[in-house]
Amino acid sequence: MKRAILAALGLATSLAVPAAAEENIKVGLLLPFSGVYAALGNDIEAGFSVALEQFGSEAGTGFDIVREDTEVKPPVALGKAKKLILQDKVDVMAGVVSSGVLGAVRDMVHGAGVPLIVANAGNDEATGTSCSPYITRMSFSNGQVNRPMGQWMYDQGIRKVYTLAPDYAAGRQMIGGFAGTFTAAGGEIVGQDFTPFQKTQDFGPYLAQAKASGADAVYVFYAGGEAISFVKQYDSFGLKADLPLYGSGFLTSPLYVNAEGPAAEGVITALHYVPTLDNAANAAFVAAFEAKTGRLPSEFAVHGYDAARALVEAAKAGARDRASLADALRQVSFDGPRGKLSIDSATNNIVQPVYVYETVAGEGGLTQKVLAELPAEADPANGCEMAPVSN
Amino acid sequence: MAHDLGFWTLQALNALQLSMLLFLLSIGLTVIFGLMHFVNLAHGSLYALGAYFAASLAAIGGYWMGFFLAPVAVAGVGILLYSGLIRRMRKSGPMAQVLVTFGLIFVMLDLTRIFWGDLALAIDVPTLFAGRVELLGIEYPAYRLFIIGLGLAIFAALAFVLGRTQIGAMIRAGVDNDAMASCLGINVERLFFIVFCVGCALAGLAGVVAAPLLSVTPDMGLQILIPTLIVIVIGGLGSLKGAIAGSLIYGFVQTFGAVLAPQLASVLIYALLAAVLVIKPVGLFPAKG
Repeated sequence: MKRAILAALGLATSLAVPAAAEENIKVGLLLPFSGVYAALGNDIEAGFSVALEQFGSEAGTGFDIVREDTEVKPPVALGKAKKLILQDKVDVMAGVVSSGVLGAVRDMVHGAGVPLIVANAGNDEATGTSCSPYITRMSFSNGQVNRPMGQWMYDQGIRKVYTLAPDYAAGRQMIGGFAGTFTAAGGEIVGQDFTPFQKTQDFGPYLAQAKASGADAVYVFYAGGEAISFVKQYDSFGLKADLPLYGSGFLTSPLYVNAEGPAAEGVITALHYVPTLDNAANAAFVAAFEAKTGRLPSEFAVHGYDAARALVEAAKAGARDRASLADALRQVSFDGPRGKLSIDSATNNIVQPVYVYETVAGEGGLTQKVLAELPAEADPANGCEMAPVSN
Repeated sequence: MAHDLGFWTLQALNALQLSMLLFLLSIGLTVIFGLMHFVNLAHGSLYALGAYFAASLAAIGGYWMGFFLAPVAVAGVGILLYSGLIRRMRKSGPMAQVLVTFGLIFVMLDLTRIFWGDLALAIDVPTLFAGRVELLGIEYPAYRLFIIGLGLAIFAALAFVLGRTQIGAMIRAGVDNDAMASCLGINVERLFFIVFCVGCALAGLAGVVAAPLLSVTPDMGLQILIPTLIVIVIGGLGSLKGAIAGSLIYGFVQTFGAVLAPQLASVLIYALLAAVLVIKPVGLFPAKG
C-alpha cells in the first residue's frame, strides 16, 4: 500500500515537472562547507565539478547546480534538504558526508521521492535496514572497506590483532567488518578499545595497552585530526617496529598524510581508492583534479567525481525526472578511477574492489604503494527490503 | 591482562604529560578568573591560535622560532582583545561576559579557517627531542618528557613569582579582595592587564607544545576548553595550587580511567566533577578561604 502511494507520488511529481527535453536537470549539492568536515565537502565538490566538465557533454542535457552547506549539523541539513526539494524543486540531490546527516535527511528524501546520490556517508544501515530506492551510494559502506582485510591479514601470517577505533557508529562498524572476517579466517582479536569520539587527544594510555597485549599487529580506524594525532603518537612511542600498524585506509588518506609526515611510512591500510592506482580512467581524473586544485585527489574527491559520473550515466540512459533518475541510478555501472563500479540494486550500495596499500616515501613526499587488489563483493542485504528496479 | 611495573610507569608518565599540558592552560584562565571575576571562554581559542602561529613560524624558522615567538604573538592578540573588548566588558556582569567570549570562540574558529584553511596542519618534533629516552626501565618519547619538564618549570617559576615577589603579593591581594587592594594603592586594573597577557602567552605556549603531539585543527581550542574548565572547577578558582592539583587529578583520572575502565573513561571525570561540586562546591584549593 505504502509503495503504491509512493509510486503514485513519484508519478505525480514527474507529471508536475514539464518534460521538455531542453530543460536542464537541477542538481542539489548537500555538502558541509563549514564545520569539521569542510575539507571533505570541498574535495567532493571539486571532484563533482571535474566530472561534469569531463563527461557533462555526453549527458544529452545540461545540469544546474544548487549548493547548500549542511554545517555537519543534522537539523541544519534537514532544513537545507527541504529547501532543495520544496523550494528549488531539484530533480536529484548529491552529497552528504556525515552519517548523522544522512540519517536526518533519509525520511525526507524517501518520502518526497527525490533521488539522492550519497557521496560519502558510510553507515552500513543506509543501505541495510533503512535503505531506500531513492538513495544510491557511490562512496562505500563502513563494513565493505574493512571486510576484505581480515582474510588478507590472516594470509600474511598475522594471527593476533589488537583493534582501536573511536567510539561511534562508524568506528564500531569499521572494526566489526574487519574483526568478523579475521576471526572467521582463524585469527584472534586479543583486545579492543573504543576511544571517546572527538574527545581523545592523547592516545598514550591506549597505545601502552596495545603494546602489553601480546598482539602481532594493531588494526585501527581513525579519520581527520584524530588520524593525524594517532599515527604520530604511534610512531613516537616506537611501536611501529615491533607492532606493525594496519587499518582502514582513511587513516593515511592523501588529504592528511602530509601532516602525519614520516610517522605514516610503512602503515598498511585498505581503501577503495588511492590516487596512485594504475589505470587510464584514474590517470585522466588525477590530471584533471590536479589542474583544478593543485592537489592530488583523495578518496573523498573520487566520491564526488563518481557521483557526478553516475548522474551523467543516468541522464545518458534517458532519465530526466526524479522517478526515472532514481531508477536509472540503481542500474549504473562504469569503469572509473577505482576500477569497475556497479550499483547492487538489492541494496543500492556500490560494488567496488578494495585496495591494500602501504604509505611509502616517494619523490614529492609520501605516496601510496598498492600491495593488493581485493575483489569486489556486494554487501549482504543487512535487512534491506525494497522494490526491484521498475523498468 | 597482567601488566608489569614498566606498563604502570609508562601510564603514570602519560598522565603527568597530560596534566602538565592542562596546567599551562588552566593557570592563566584561573588567575584571570580569580583576579577579576572575568570569564574568558575564548581561552581555548588562544591555545589553538598558539598552535597555528607555531605551525606557520615553524615552516619559516624551525620549531624553536615558533616556540619562542608564538606565545608572544598570542599575547599580542590578547592585548588586542583586552583593549578592544574585555576592558569594556569588565563591569557588565558574568552573563554578558560569557556570551561575548563564547561568541569570540566562533569568530576565532572561522578566522583560523579563513587564514589557514580546513586541512589539518602539523609540526615535526624538534630534532633535540626526537626519539625516545631510557627511563626507569622503559623507553619514553623524549618530547613528552620535555612537556613534563616544561610544565614543572613553569609551575616552579609561577610559585616563586606568586609566593615570593612583590608583584605576586599584589596579585594575591587582588584575588583576595580587589576593592581593598586598590584602596591600598595597588593599580588592580593594570595588574589584571599584565596577568591577562601572561595568561594568554601561557595558553599560546600550551598550543605550541601540543602541536607536534596532536594535529593542528581549527576546533582544537573547543576540544580543550571543557577539560580546562573541569580542571579549574575541581581545583578551585584563582589559585596556583588549585590549578596544579586539578590538572594532576584530571590527567591521572583520565589516563588510568582509560586503562582500568575503558567503558567509563569519558564519564569518570564528569562523575568526579559532580562529586567535587556536591562535597566542596568551591573546589579543592580555592584562593579565597
